[in-house]
Amino acid sequence: MVKGTQSVIRTVEGWGTVFRRKLSAGELGSLPVVLVLAVVWIVFQSLNNNFLSPRNLSNLSVDIVGTGLIAVGIVFVLLLGELDLSVGSISGLAAAVFAVLNVNNGVPEWLALVVAVLAGTVTGAVQGFSFAKTRVPAFVVTLAGLLTWNGLMLYILGTSGTVNLDEGGLLARLTSYYFTNDFAAYGLAAVGAGLVFLVSYQDRRRRKAVGMPHRSLRAIGVRTGVLAVTAFAAAYLLNRFQGLPLALLLFLLVVAGLDVVLRRTHYGRQVYALGSGVEAARRASLNVTRVQTAVLAVSGTMAAVGGLFLASRITSVSQNSGSGVLLLNAIAAAVIGGASLFGGRGTTWNAVLGILVIQSIASGMAITDTPAAVQFIITGGVLFAAVVIDSLSRRSQEAHGRA
Amino acid sequence: MPTPPLLALHGVCKRFGVVEVLSDIELEIRAGQVLALLGDNGAGKSTLVKAISGVTPADKGVIEWEGRAVHIRRPNDARELGIATVYQDLALCGNLDVVGNLFLGREIRRHGFLDEVEMEHRTRHLLQRLTRGIPDLRAPVVSLSSGQRQTVAIARSLLGNPRVILLDEPTAALGFEQTAEVLDLVDELRDRGLGVLLISHNMGDVKALADRAAVLRLGRNNGFFDVNTASQEQIISSITGATENAPRRPAHREAEW
Repeated sequence: MVKGTQSVIRTVEGWGTVFRRKLSAGELGSLPVVLVLAVVWIVFQSLNNNFLSPRNLSNLSVDIVGTGLIAVGIVFVLLLGELDLSVGSISGLAAAVFAVLNVNNGVPEWLALVVAVLAGTVTGAVQGFSFAKTRVPAFVVTLAGLLTWNGLMLYILGTSGTVNLDEGGLLARLTSYYFTNDFAAYGLAAVGAGLVFLVSYQDRRRRKAVGMPHRSLRAIGVRTGVLAVTAFAAAYLLNRFQGLPLALLLFLLVVAGLDVVLRRTHYGRQVYALGSGVEAARRASLNVTRVQTAVLAVSGTMAAVGGLFLASRITSVSQNSGSGVLLLNAIAAAVIGGASLFGGRGTTWNAVLGILVIQSIASGMAITDTPAAVQFIITGGVLFAAVVIDSLSRRSQEAHGRA
Repeated sequence: MPTPPLLALHGVCKRFGVVEVLSDIELEIRAGQVLALLGDNGAGKSTLVKAISGVTPADKGVIEWEGRAVHIRRPNDARELGIATVYQDLALCGNLDVVGNLFLGREIRRHGFLDEVEMEHRTRHLLQRLTRGIPDLRAPVVSLSSGQRQTVAIARSLLGNPRVILLDEPTAALGFEQTAEVLDLVDELRDRGLGVLLISHNMGDVKALADRAAVLRLGRNNGFFDVNTASQEQIISSITGATENAPRRPAHREAEW
């Protein structure tokens, strides 16, 4: 018993040392954004008891999906050290393509969905190819794209202005369908935690077999445990309202899938390599043009998918779709979540954390009847803080010989 | 008939705009030999290395691989022939870890996903042969010392079992002990039958390691030496231009004179 306590204390002390080292070396990872999120939640909960209610959190979990998906695409572009300013326009364009095909021309919903998403992929790929070939910075190419695609969207919508979507249709159900059975949410939590445990355990087994350093079983257990507790708590909350939202399930699947693509595939490795410098990647025989084109195609695709989810949430498409603060929110989400503006550092989960912060602030402001002006100022402050942390951690890494 | 050299350059030219950086370069790299490439700053040594490795392909001239003319247009062409390069600036990706850098562009896959365990295993194996102080394989390369980075760059070049290796000033940034490690390694590579091209400013290293030396001056050949018989003064005067050892000019050019 005493021995067990001692080893626990030693483990905690070990974490403390690691934490201090990472703090001074500027490798904080997701810690700052998690702290910010906690502060935001505590402040709004103290202002209004309903903020952390199952109903509000459940709505929040659906509200993050549209912009969150766009932010995931932005993470890919940030990894290259570039910026995509066209995602707002592309999301509007995709929604308009869907609305005109389905509502105005009677094309089946699934086909209209596929065409709308492909429209995003193609526009993104066109921008990516121009960026790769002309070597004009991506933010300039996509700035041109922002205007072009927005114009194209207005042209497609024509004089019709606002198009209302079928309330009971496939697209509308993307954000209105809930798995009311409690087992759906708990099952997802269990499967997620189980998969993480299995992958870490399998990794440990193979490493041990060839005599390489590996994680201790306790470290794997703690990691999986923290994840499982968070997941089951979220599932419990969701079940106390309407159950697991379909939109949230799809969002998490996409984020997890793209995370695997980035960190565990040949393609993802190339994206990270390009983030540290085109020349080094080129000399390692990488096809720079292809990777750059593919990255902007991913960001265009995610923008289109996100735009469709946003349209689904309000079941209408108008000339304002994809305009306003959407673009800024998507970029801010990726950066607040911890993806570096300098390229080469970040994962798709950064987008999830970032959009959670942004949407929490928006939701809290709405629930406490604070004017939008204040919301912008606060979101701006958080974004500024995130950029400063990014820059400071980079400078601190340089001082520690790590950048 | 003697065996053709592993790699031979004939009349290689490279110009950037109006500046002719390399003109009519002749060079031969033979298996099991170390060829030192010498020259003052701006003589075109690094440009020549980049021309051979496909980073900035040559404009004119013939490159022969084992007596057969080949085209090197991209880094991948050189890699596939079996030419590996350690660049002066190392060309590592700072944000990737040691394993990621070693296998960049030729990752090992398992069920379609990166096989990190296998790659790390092989990396450890390879580095154990090269150096005593193995760095943290999962640390981003920017966090390593310059000596460790040099080791990583050399390890990366050896990964594909190359037949020719180009080393662009591999010891310039290193301390005494690490320099000795790299020089031992060059020796070992030669003994295993690789052709080595070594760029160095250190005449001591050249004397100790190289079999032959080729001198570049202002983008032209300025003499070939057998390091064992030529005196240091001869070589240095060739580098500084005190002696002009311009190679035979092609016949048609002679006629123009």
